[in-house]
Amino acid sequence: MGARQHISANVNGDPVEFLAEPGTTLLDALRDELGLTGSKEGCGSGDCGACSVTLDGRLVCSCLVLAVEAQGRRITTIEGMADGGTLHPLQQKFLEHAALQCGFCTPGILVAAKALLDVNPDPTEVEARYWLAGNLCRCTGYDKVIRAVMDAAADLRQERV
Amino acid sequence: MSDVIDRPAAKAQFKVVGTRPVRPDGADKVTGKAAYGADLMLPGMLTGKIKRSPHAHARIIAIDTKKARALAGVKAVITAADFPDLASEEMAGGESAANVRDIALNCMARNAALYEGHAVAAVAATSASIADEALALIEVTYEVLPHVIDVEAAMAPGAPLLHADIFTKGVEPAPTTPSNIAHRHDLTRGDVNAGFAEADAIAEGRYTTAAVHQGYIEPHACVATFGADGQCQVWSASQGHFAVRTLCAKILGLDTSDIRVTPAEIGGGFGGKTTVYLEPLALALSRQCGAPVRMVMARDEVFRATGPTSGAVIEVKLGARRDGTITAGQIVLKYQAGAFPGSPVHPGVMTALACYDIPNFTITGYDVVTNSPKVTAYRAPGAPISAFGVESAVDDLALKLGMDPIALREKNAVRDGMKAAYGPTFRNIGYVETLEAIRDHPHYQAPLGPNQGRGVAVGFWFNIGGDSTAAVQITDDGAAVVATGNPDIGGSRASMAMMAAEVLGLPIEKVRPIVADTASIGYSMLTGGSRTTFATGMAVTQAAQQIVTDLKRRAAQIWEVAVDQVEWLDGAAVCRDPAKGELTLAALAAKSGETGGPIGAQVSLNAQGAGPGFGAHICDVEVDPETGGVTILRYTAAQDVGRAIHPAYVEGQVQGGVAQGIGWALNEEYIFDTDGKMENAGFLDYRVPVASDLPMIDTILVEVANPRHPFGAKGVGEVPIVPPLGAVANAVRAAIGVRMTDLPLSPPKIRAAIDGR
Ligand code: FES
Ligand code: FES
Repeated sequence: MGARQHISANVNGDPVEFLAEPGTTLLDALRDELGLTGSKEGCGSGDCGACSVTLDGRLVCSCLVLAVEAQGRRITTIEGMADGGTLHPLQQKFLEHAALQCGFCTPGILVAAKALLDVNPDPTEVEARYWLAGNLCRCTGYDKVIRAVMDAAADLRQERV
Repeated sequence: MSDVIDRPAAKAQFKVVGTRPVRPDGADKVTGKAAYGADLMLPGMLTGKIKRSPHAHARIIAIDTKKARALAGVKAVITAADFPDLASEEMAGGESAANVRDIALNCMARNAALYEGHAVAAVAATSASIADEALALIEVTYEVLPHVIDVEAAMAPGAPLLHADIFTKGVEPAPTTPSNIAHRHDLTRGDVNAGFAEADAIAEGRYTTAAVHQGYIEPHACVATFGADGQCQVWSASQGHFAVRTLCAKILGLDTSDIRVTPAEIGGGFGGKTTVYLEPLALALSRQCGAPVRMVMARDEVFRATGPTSGAVIEVKLGARRDGTITAGQIVLKYQAGAFPGSPVHPGVMTALACYDIPNFTITGYDVVTNSPKVTAYRAPGAPISAFGVESAVDDLALKLGMDPIALREKNAVRDGMKAAYGPTFRNIGYVETLEAIRDHPHYQAPLGPNQGRGVAVGFWFNIGGDSTAAVQITDDGAAVVATGNPDIGGSRASMAMMAAEVLGLPIEKVRPIVADTASIGYSMLTGGSRTTFATGMAVTQAAQQIVTDLKRRAAQIWEVAVDQVEWLDGAAVCRDPAKGELTLAALAAKSGETGGPIGAQVSLNAQGAGPGFGAHICDVEVDPETGGVTILRYTAAQDVGRAIHPAYVEGQVQGGVAQGIGWALNEEYIFDTDGKMENAGFLDYRVPVASDLPMIDTILVEVANPRHPFGAKGVGEVPIVPPLGAVANAVRAAIGVRMTDLPLSPPKIRAAIDGR
């Protein structure tokens, strides 16, 4: 333990403040201090991707980031993906393709997939599979997940033209 | 791509069943709102944590909790002394019996720690870091004992004994000395010696599989609160909240009626969440301190103390005549049970030859306790293991006979009217149809390149029915709410809503399904055994049918005509007398006060007639001769599903089962060091398949309807994990020309096999 530190950051566009012990992970701070339980802990060691968020736009495992590192930074979580009541095309395609079963991996996969499409709007299937290789899903065998991502990418490209 | 092979005429009768609507619980799951086991927070909630044995086998001499109790912020400390010392009691479970005393002792060790990670004490504290500090302050004095994990070593005379009171069951006369062999199961038919004497070719092998974990991504988690009046509440992610209630009551010595269990969303189970680990501990901690307690396992605890399924040895000998007729089979199965009896060797025995019509066989299974975590059900428990041996041997037999492996399986296939190896007579099975489906699929004829190989394998699972309850209520605006008691692991709410919508004639958006807590719906067996769509679906359908009957009565009353003048069509009562017009469900709901009050029905039943399931798979691999690495190039899985209520989720079950089977075949294994400690208790070293390891998984849904279900459904979730172990191994054999018998088929083993060619 140690003295709790005061952190100010921006989460999903809103300023937030919270207290964190020096050893607290960003994931625990998001979940326990800010009540944003959409990010999941599947392993706590950077191996499952269920805790994926973006930190200043970069995809990270929030279980590997210390909460104190969030000071002054911009974090996006699954809770920030939909535009108010309107689902992001990725979210919509996951529903249409039945790309989730238990849904526990889904927030992390969606955050990671969005980060992929932000840098590569036209990924090949192989690129999508390698990008998502850090996100474990034990239910789906990834088939419908990959189809949903590819379909959402196609839709987003449509929207751009 | 995915194909559905069925009878088009039958399909046309349905408006909702067989379509692919968005699941009703989907939006919450893609937005992060869905609340899983670890997501619930209660005011004043404490954090509970578990102290675990560092030894694989040790006597517990003493546990001193004084220092931990004295630490500021620690509110409760428990050991086995806080639980009643139960007598042995067998309890009917989902697919297999369980012993309540063993489950209690697995939750909290008393006198002896039987595997590394076995819980010996637990604490509740105001923060996770204080709880960790408290665990470190608990002093446990152990006398370390010799341990045994390998199944054959545990069976050997003179092996370290885990329990002094295990005298092998199923052996006559009963042994007088204890051993680690808890149970022997025998299944025989005909005369094997005569059968082998008739054979022109014999295929024989000794195969092994490693212990593997279910690997659900959500670690076990729960919140529990023990009221000052003795009334308790538990929220947990489990496959059966009624089972959680019963087990907590027995383990803590409480009345079932004092415990209310609410199912959280569950992040995968695959059989591994059919028992309790945390819930009784959280309740005991809460009882001691009066505050709600949340417990969440870390991933390494999940590996060390929950799951897995058995590591095993499988010996198979098959004999066949020149024309391919299999005349005899001899099989011995040895399964690790972990620390307490109850490996899935019995279903392993029963399923081993279920796909084959063989006149003479003996199958013997041994359930063996070992110093490893107590095995828990894993998708078609026991069946993938025995199928791995049998499918490998059948493949070798096809080679020896110079026969196509599908043709050999067709020649010996079970069909309607035949007596299954495990007893009953098959009816309405679609096994041959799945074989035909893969035989005729373009995949089977596709050309292969160098270092590539193709394997085929089949699999069987019983599927079960059992106790289920469903309640359907009609809202005042003419929509429906469907409540069941089965946690939704893979989309079952969607299929429940679809079956109700079909019967009521409503669009799917007008039917809202929920999973109700133990106080709000009648008893339902857990979600497992591929039973939910079949059994609970039957309860939902019957409740909806009762409502339709009642709605027709109400319409007749309003119209002042005889009930037989009224029909229910597309969500409305229609009168034979055209002058009366029609009354929609909304109109009838609005008038319910005048026709007998609120509209609803609840059905509790024991569903009989679950149709057994069969699958036939084709797998193509490429083996890198330099590294020994295996790439899965293409995979096609055909399965008889009876009727796919929501085909997309049925395909998903098949694809997910295949992926788990591929992981089992290629990568996954528990690795123990010489002290019996697990060396790879994390997803880095225990490697489950990732997206880049797999191709698309093509599915063929064969629909041979089950006449015992209103829409023809059969269980689908378990069959698909049965064939892949054999399919992958057979493909690797075809690619490298060497039979690999020990899973996982890791690169070093394959390199060694290639070098030894
Ligand atoms: S919880 Fe962060 S990667 Fe698994
Ligand atoms: S949907 Fe269950 S882990 Fe991915």
